[in-house]
Amino acid sequence: MEGIWTAVAFYLLAATIVVSALLVVMLKNIVHSVLWLAVCFVSMGGLFLTLDADFLAAVQVLVYAGAVCIMVVFGIMLIQRGNMGSTNLFNNQTKAAAGVVALVLVVCGYLAATTPWASPAFAVPEKTVESIAEIMLTKYVIPFEVAAILLLVALVGAIFLAKEVKKADAHND
Amino acid sequence: MNVDLSLLAPEIALAVLGLGILVLGLLIPKGSRHGLGWVTALGLLGVLGLTIAGWDNQGTLYEGIFIVDRYAIFFKITFLTAAFLVTLGCMRYVDEMGDQSEYYSMMLFATLGMMVLASAGDFMTLYLGLELMTIAFIVLVCYRRTETRSVEAGIKYVLLAGMSSAVLLYGLSLVYGVTGSVTIYEVGRAVTTEPVPALILGVAMLVAGLGFKISAVPFHMWTPDVYEGAPTPVTSFLAVGSKAASFAILLRVFIAALPGLWAHWTMLVAILAAVTIIVGNLVAIPQTNIKRLLAYSSIAQAGYILVGLVTASEAGIKGVMFYAFLYVFATIGAFTVVTYFYNVTGSDEIKDYAGLSQRSPLMAAVMVISMLSMAGIPPLAGFVGKFYLFKTIVDNYLWLAFIGLIMSMVSVYYYLRVALVMYRDEPVDHTPISLSGPVALTLIITMMATLVLGIYPGPLSEVVNTAAHSFFLP
Repeated sequence: MEGIWTAVAFYLLAATIVVSALLVVMLKNIVHSVLWLAVCFVSMGGLFLTLDADFLAAVQVLVYAGAVCIMVVFGIMLIQRGNMGSTNLFNNQTKAAAGVVALVLVVCGYLAATTPWASPAFAVPEKTVESIAEIMLTKYVIPFEVAAILLLVALVGAIFLAKEVKKADAHND
Repeated sequence: MNVDLSLLAPEIALAVLGLGILVLGLLIPKGSRHGLGWVTALGLLGVLGLTIAGWDNQGTLYEGIFIVDRYAIFFKITFLTAAFLVTLGCMRYVDEMGDQSEYYSMMLFATLGMMVLASAGDFMTLYLGLELMTIAFIVLVCYRRTETRSVEAGIKYVLLAGMSSAVLLYGLSLVYGVTGSVTIYEVGRAVTTEPVPALILGVAMLVAGLGFKISAVPFHMWTPDVYEGAPTPVTSFLAVGSKAASFAILLRVFIAALPGLWAHWTMLVAILAAVTIIVGNLVAIPQTNIKRLLAYSSIAQAGYILVGLVTASEAGIKGVMFYAFLYVFATIGAFTVVTYFYNVTGSDEIKDYAGLSQRSPLMAAVMVISMLSMAGIPPLAGFVGKFYLFKTIVDNYLWLAFIGLIMSMVSVYYYLRVALVMYRDEPVDHTPISLSGPVALTLIITMMATLVLGIYPGPLSEVVNTAAHSFFLP
């Protein structure tokens, strides 16, 4: 019985994700696109929940649906214009794009469908947060530290690029 | 868990150096920040010494997710040499741009990303190293943020780097999904010769994702625009460092993790190499801007290096490493001339190079020697490098060797065109260009290295042999 509900939840979430992702690209008003992006992210979080990855689901909602979408909204706010009617522009290559996307979809779908996927031999641990914390600071400590430096670089770079260029500053001294 | 941190010493030292430069930039008054270039250069020299001293200290950390073998150490030496030479040659350029501390620290962090990449033993370390390198480069590419061209180049680089990362991640996740492991050597054990369809898809996406980074045709569209718009020292580091690091991980992933699928990807790689060599060389011919010319020539060079991957053998790895190392000197030599010429004249057009041999004999000589080395003319290092690369494919892929040979001759045409302009034409402006100390030093080092490696490649060849051998040990 539980299996059926999981399947129902999966297909509902999958349909929501696909539709909302398409709307993000298709809608003409960029504010509407961002709202659908949030829907897409939250449904992704739901997908993680069906896989018993509760921590990942929480992070997905917190970071993507929360922080990322809010940041995009801030970006739109700062460069706002009077009419938001056609702010999310499409180029004129719609037919070519549709063809390429259809081809990629068919190839990926066919290859994925003909693959015998093996399910993992071990079950998901009861407490995922503890397990993640442990391997993050033992086995995966190098990527963890690299990620820390990566964030610093991104921060310094973003501030540097966005900071106002003063006239006297343009040439050194 | 027993962790030998001495294996990580070069990375830790470089990270400390990068952070130190960042802090120093805040402490030092604005007028005396030009000294940061020397601190960076000397620091890099120190880290280089530390890396060379660790040549015999091999091992893996954390169950194989960080591999320090001679293969990785050799590539780290390559990156550090490149970073040192670029820093030495670009000080005046950076002083004119301003904001030295951010520039030098970004450069050091990009180098750190490359070093992590060369040692990466699992997909997570691989991806984070790659992103660290890429994000530092994005900032560097649009460093002249008041200039439209630089910013445009930065935006193009962001978009295409993001897309290629997405494709790469999708490929990595498919490989993980099929094999159930993220560690490169475990994936290598899990992959059998009869692959499931999804794995083929994953491999194709890995080729595309890493193809962007090495700018192989048809994933090369970003290269000319980004190379042209970026500050010239950044272009030179992008052409040398980013490319060598991507080749280091490309070889690691394909030869260590996917050797079971060799029969499936070898033809793909051979065709990719052939197309890259042909397109890169042919499109370089009509270029009038020296940076665009060198960009297309670097695409062609990526094609030559890709040849070393086709046979997936020790000899092929040796060819790639040897070529990557000598390519550092040829490329940085040429780009340092371009950088300094831009500083003096403010132009990157080939026609303005007229009579450079009279204005600055050293600059003209370095340019010609670097370019002839890239073309593979015998007494220079490029010839030996191409010899090692093409030797591996003569038996089974003779057609590819012929393409490489013919296109090398084509490349002589456009390289010599630049030489003709510099030596035959009369200069419009006769004032001699006087070189500053560090720039002259960079030019002399690159020229001597290109000459010496070409005439006497024996010692380096021995070193590369042991390094390539270490690749197959674990």
